[in-house]
Amino acid sequence: MGFLLDGIMAVTWQKMIMYAIGIGLIWLAVKKEYEPSLLLPLGFGAILVNLPYSGVIDQMVQGKVPAAGIIEWLFKTGIEASEAMPILLFIGIGAMIDFGPLLSQPVLFLFGAAAQLGIFVAIIVACMLGFDLKDAASIGIIGAADGPTSILVSQVLKSNYMGPIAVAAYSYMALVPIIQPFAIRLVTTHKERCIHMDYNPKSVNRALRISFPIAVTMIVGMISPQSVALVGFLMFGNLLRECCVLNTLSQSAQNELANLITLLLGITISFSMRAEQFVNPATLMIMALGLVAFVFDTIGGVLFAKLVNVFLKLAGKKPVNPMIGGCGISAFPMSSRVVQKMAAKEEPGNIILMQAAGTNVSGQVASVIAGGLVISIVTQYL
Amino acid sequence: MNMANVEIALEIMGKGMGGIFVAIVVIMAAVMVLGKITGNKKDKEEE
Repeated sequence: MGFLLDGIMAVTWQKMIMYAIGIGLIWLAVKKEYEPSLLLPLGFGAILVNLPYSGVIDQMVQGKVPAAGIIEWLFKTGIEASEAMPILLFIGIGAMIDFGPLLSQPVLFLFGAAAQLGIFVAIIVACMLGFDLKDAASIGIIGAADGPTSILVSQVLKSNYMGPIAVAAYSYMALVPIIQPFAIRLVTTHKERCIHMDYNPKSVNRALRISFPIAVTMIVGMISPQSVALVGFLMFGNLLRECCVLNTLSQSAQNELANLITLLLGITISFSMRAEQFVNPATLMIMALGLVAFVFDTIGGVLFAKLVNVFLKLAGKKPVNPMIGGCGISAFPMSSRVVQKMAAKEEPGNIILMQAAGTNVSGQVASVIAGGLVISIVTQYL
Repeated sequence: MNMANVEIALEIMGKGMGGIFVAIVVIMAAVMVLGKITGNKKDKEEE
């Protein structure tokens, strides 16, 4: 009957740490409601793949009979072979996004670009800490504040740290209400945070809404071909939404497709959370670098808004509230809500939500462009 | 610390931020042009 003890005897301290991390992620998902749709499957998966001789990953039973594992198969098929899962998820995300606030004020696009600064600061710091270029670039992409993009870039660049990167990306997205106010206060004064902004949007007609996803796909495809999978599927989802003749498909993309892939994505990524890969000092460094990326994203956006204000002052125009620059990250709509809450707290009645939402949406476009650019630039140096 | 990698990372930062701004400015310009075109079309339809 000794075989019944084989599993228990094979438990190592590293696996015990992974069980604790798995339970911790489930606790964060259930109790704190931090990105539960991803952290719960990820936490449960972390337990599943770390059980000794786990049947969810490929095994040689008794060292003789090969047995395929479902999570390893899902990972190899859905992520490793074609990055299908994160890319398909973009159809659902695109179908959920209303680009209206951005299309009515196209100048807000610029803030989305500036708020990608954290990606590159994190890449530099990661290189300083000794990570090689492909790992540093994959870690930096945590700053895209976009889980699927982080997963895709780390997979394309064959990073060894996809598990910690995914955990960091989704954890910090959930922690935006804590990180962003701290970073914004670092670089703004009370007076700047109280700036009021007029909201006089131009009307956005249907033709513009339909032509936008087509134009973006073609422009980004020509400038950064590596971004096409990401941007193309994001914009395809948006076209489904805006064309108004495929409402059923649009609803399916927003609900069934996005839910199904999110459900599978978390548990599939847990394949990269095996103890032998996950439990090492690099994981702690990646978590710290993710924080650096998020903080510098916010600071980059805010400082860019302050720079814009210098030119607006010279032109004799009203300044923008620099806090909206911090919304140029992909965490939508959380970031814009956080900034609106801050504005209202600094001065009751100050409403900058629509400008913040427009900037936030531009961050979604900019982050996928950044993902593609990082892939194409970094691969030149490998 | 691998200084060569840090230098490359700085280059990546320059090219990356530059690339993002170029792409975004082109998209922004395209949106403005499309806004004019589709806006004009709407105006004519309304007339």
